[in-house]
Amino acid sequence: MKRFVMIAAVSILMLPSPGKASTLEDKIMKGKQISSDNMKGNCLACHAIQGAEMPGNLGPPLLQMKLRYPKRKVLHDQIWDATKKNPQSIMPPFGKHGILTHEEVDLVVDYMYSL
Amino acid sequence: MKQTLFKRSLALLLVLVAMMAARQVVAADFQANVQTDIKVFRDFFAARFPEVKFADYANGVYAIDADACQQWKEIEEFPPYSIAVEDGKVLFEKPFANGKTYTAYFQNGGVVRQNYPYYDEKKGTVVTLEMAINECRVANGEKPLEYKGGDIAKISAYMAFISRGKPVDVKVESEGAYKAYMKGKEFFYAKRGQLNMSCAGCHVKYAGGWVRSEILSPALGHTTHFPVFRSKWGEIGTLHKRYGGCSDNIGAKSFAAQSEEYRNLEFFETVMSNGLSFNGPASRK
Ligand code: HEC
Ligand code: HEC
Repeated sequence: MKRFVMIAAVSILMLPSPGKASTLEDKIMKGKQISSDNMKGNCLACHAIQGAEMPGNLGPPLLQMKLRYPKRKVLHDQIWDATKKNPQSIMPPFGKHGILTHEEVDLVVDYMYSL
Repeated sequence: MKQTLFKRSLALLLVLVAMMAARQVVAADFQANVQTDIKVFRDFFAARFPEVKFADYANGVYAIDADACQQWKEIEEFPPYSIAVEDGKVLFEKPFANGKTYTAYFQNGGVVRQNYPYYDEKKGTVVTLEMAINECRVANGEKPLEYKGGDIAKISAYMAFISRGKPVDVKVESEGAYKAYMKGKEFFYAKRGQLNMSCAGCHVKYAGGWVRSEILSPALGHTTHFPVFRSKWGEIGTLHKRYGGCSDNIGAKSFAAQSEEYRNLEFFETVMSNGLSFNGPASRK
């Protein structure tokens, strides 16, 4: 009985809840939208991402992100404020300059981890 | 008594000579500093694009990309700016209400593109061609024209056209000119706007790079070919309209066309292009 309740609870948790990016897949989708929206991340202006057409090339291609950034925070920080690592960086400090919120950067990180 | 007077005048004379000499040295320094900047600027592009001939930088992005250049040459066979040049000629030759024309104000039949921008010592500011066109109008009792496009861009296009081939040779010879130059230089290198970018970031450091489907032009030669007929605008527009567009693109405050900020920026960018030839107007994407 106890076990049944647990399974039920887990399956309810795993149901996609409408409106919220709850499942990882949803989050990845939202992160992808943010990173290709030219009023938001617009990452494609400067980075090649697999499957994207007409990317720019000012920054390195974004691939194998999980391997290269095992720590979420490091990747989050890079997107939040690239000038911390490289004061001369042309990459916009998305969080620091109020272009993306922490929540949005998190979604972009989820998307990056799927690459 | 006479002797002390003589001594005093001699001392005064010496002081004056020394002051003049000092001024000369400082003046020489302005030009020398600028010359050093020009060399650094040019050397950067020479190292970045070793195959590009210096004179070709007057062609903007087409100097550095063979594919885009080929398309552009095809467009230039029936240049989209030719109507603007014809209209500009008519406007330029049409007498004002007082019977005079622009030719009374602009020497040499209007072949004066190469004299702008310059630092006007009396006015204490940089004077651009578009600004001079409006000053001429106001001096003749006419209303000034709007600065971004329309008639002023047409008149400027005509004057650029008849001045084609004249060398860019902007001088920075006084303290005032040097200050204006330095302001333009600072503007060019400063990061600004929500995206925290500088003109130099896109048009020096990453010149030749791609921002999605656009190739970034080198800043060397930026000002030689304006005004331009841009297919995106669907009409001829001035350099300061373009400056405003690039400011908007990075979420930065754009300044008014012919504001002191943009005139100083034009002054700096044109000094950097000394030695190229004026070749406006031009067509762009
Ligand atoms: C205007 C250009 C530009 C934009 C837009 C941009 N970047 Fe960058 N990015 C760069 C450059 C250039 C670098 C190289 C490092 C440097 O110069 O700071 C970089 C570096 C990075 C790095 C580290 C490099 C690596 O491969 O390990 C990551 C991660 C990154 N960017 C992610 C993003 C994401 C995500 C976005 C969108 C939300 C984005 N960038 C938008 C220019 C840009
Ligand atoms: C995000 C990158 C970026 C920044 C920052 C930027 N520009 Fe541009 N600029 C472009 C692109 C893209 C074009 C169109 C392609 C090209 O370079 O001709 C362009 C075009 C131009 C042109 C027209 C060149 C021609 O031959 O017609 C001028 C002039 C210019 N920019 C000046 C500036 C100045 C001055 C600044 C700083 C106030 C600036 N830009 C900032 C991206 C940028």
